[in-house]
Amino acid sequence: MSSRDHILEVIRKNQPKGLPLQEIAFSDGEPFDKISKFTTVLESIGGTVIPINEWGEVEAYLNQRFSTEKRWVNLVPELRNLAPLADFTEDPHLLENVMVAILPGHFGVAENGAVWITEELMGDRALPFICEHLALIIRAENIFPTLHDAYTHIDKSQYGFGTYIAGPSKTADIEQSLVLGAHGPKSLMLFLITET
Amino acid sequence: MDTETTILDRKTSSDHATLADKFNLDEPRVDWHDKTLWFIRKKRDKAASQLQEWEQLRAVASDIKNNVLANLHTYLLAFERNAQQNGITVHWASDAAEHNKIVHKIIEKTGIKQVVKSKSMLTEECHLNAYLKTQGIEVIDTDLGERIVQLAGEPPSHIVLPCIHWKKEEIGELFSHHLGTPEGNSDPQFLTAAARIHLRQHFMSSRLAITGVNFAVAETGEIVVCTNEGNADLGVQLADVHIACVGIEKIIPLRKHLGVFLRLLARSATGQPITTYSSHFQKPRKGQEMHIVLVDNGRSKRLGSADFRNALKCIRCGACMNTCPVYRRSGGHSYHYAIAGPIGAILAPGLDMKKHADLPFASTLCGSCSNVCPVKIDIHDQLYKWRQLLAQNRKVGITKRVGANTMAYILSHHTLYTFAGTAGRWLMKYVPFIISNRFNPWYKQREMPKPPEHSFARWYHQNRNFK
Repeated sequence: MSSRDHILEVIRKNQPKGLPLQEIAFSDGEPFDKISKFTTVLESIGGTVIPINEWGEVEAYLNQRFSTEKRWVNLVPELRNLAPLADFTEDPHLLENVMVAILPGHFGVAENGAVWITEELMGDRALPFICEHLALIIRAENIFPTLHDAYTHIDKSQYGFGTYIAGPSKTADIEQSLVLGAHGPKSLMLFLITET
Repeated sequence: MDTETTILDRKTSSDHATLADKFNLDEPRVDWHDKTLWFIRKKRDKAASQLQEWEQLRAVASDIKNNVLANLHTYLLAFERNAQQNGITVHWASDAAEHNKIVHKIIEKTGIKQVVKSKSMLTEECHLNAYLKTQGIEVIDTDLGERIVQLAGEPPSHIVLPCIHWKKEEIGELFSHHLGTPEGNSDPQFLTAAARIHLRQHFMSSRLAITGVNFAVAETGEIVVCTNEGNADLGVQLADVHIACVGIEKIIPLRKHLGVFLRLLARSATGQPITTYSSHFQKPRKGQEMHIVLVDNGRSKRLGSADFRNALKCIRCGACMNTCPVYRRSGGHSYHYAIAGPIGAILAPGLDMKKHADLPFASTLCGSCSNVCPVKIDIHDQLYKWRQLLAQNRKVGITKRVGANTMAYILSHHTLYTFAGTAGRWLMKYVPFIISNRFNPWYKQREMPKPPEHSFARWYHQNRNFK
């Protein structure tokens, strides 16, 4: 008997009788302001939230902070003037010198400051992790209160690869001292479109 | 009963009490360790208290996990089918040795000699690194804490915080030796930056990445890996081959259940609302090869035990360790098993009862572990049940066995009990050195209490008529 069949056989024999799955229903609790909650939580975990009314503000913000001499990679069509839309046919290792990556996210989650992004928005799966600084853009109306709402929205969609990103990469492995920029981006800027 | 397997009280070099003694030689360090972990426990409390539905979340998570245990056969088959449809190769391993061989075979086919690995307690449990080393393959652990203990030649001492027992000055020294950082620099920011540069080279050059798995979703065939550092993703996204190693108990039925578990995991572990990255791998990248190794290693057998199967609900958050008064003061290495603390103490004896017979006794049975567990494992009850089972199988030391039997005899014989009480009070009063000496383990590091003048029974007899 193969290991697979043997394992499955033992499990079938040993598994207890159990209850059927219950529907998950959480009371919405006290209503809260999703945008301010999202902002507070994301800033508390090291991210920066920049509310914007028009695309030009993204350009102004980034131009002020990062040298245009360095490599920028943009995947937001509305920001074509800031940096040309990237096209990815290359080896992901060649993204190592990316200073700033600008990516659209699907939505944010108020309770934990996370942004959901899937691979078609990343260009390359490696990009959000290998760049030095990451800028994500979402619309304020696309913020869900909790992860339950987020999964209701994601539902059964197929994505190959998807991830929640909540702030810059970080570690506290050395004596619990928080350090931003462990292996991935050293900073996370979240542009929140409130109008436009 | 096989007396050969009886562990006498003769201190072996590896039992919990002996190793804890060693850890306790440096008292200020124990205090520091204790406080650091308590600080994390408090962060967990703060995060939990911010969700008014916290207890409901725990209950739902526990229900889902119970459902998983009752339907594991169906869910594993569904997971396998869906993962295969997603283009992933699924392997099954009965035990640690088979797991290691499967992983090695995949690596061998590529000819790769150096691989990166993100944190995976399962590969620690299986001693994968050591096995691959004998096959000429070097594993670079990429989680900062894990890399630190790896450079030091140690196993992790905590499942979430692998080097929680290391001081920054020691890490500075270690890095100076291995990574060439300037001597005497122990600034965490600086050391982390040095590790970033060091590990980035490995991410860039390694064509094969191994990861653990936090959750495997039966419904979709996807796996979820959570990190703060982004090391799992950097490894996988830059590699040609991804091997994910997962214990069969990590299956959850539906994608939407991730909502429940991801809300609980990081809050329970470190008090964060969520880890920085919660990556959902559903299909390999175009041109990438992806393997999932499903590992049993004693889990299917445990499933048949009504008393101990609940431990399979564990999501490896480490909350039970941070809260445990024994773990905090004895350190993770005193448990001499890949998973330390209360959860390790109930998992380890299931794998090897003789080798880990000491661990269920490394507890005060205070129950704090069960109270913080996000999936409501009855950890302290299981510790107690293990003790009974170990005693039945004569796996406890002679002093403990004779002591407990004598106690039981005295407690069940009235006259003897009364006499023993009188004798005990007299001895403690007039010849205290009979009790207060180094042969009495209860005297160690504490004073014995003052003996009362007379027994409670006598006091009650004298006083019950007075109002």
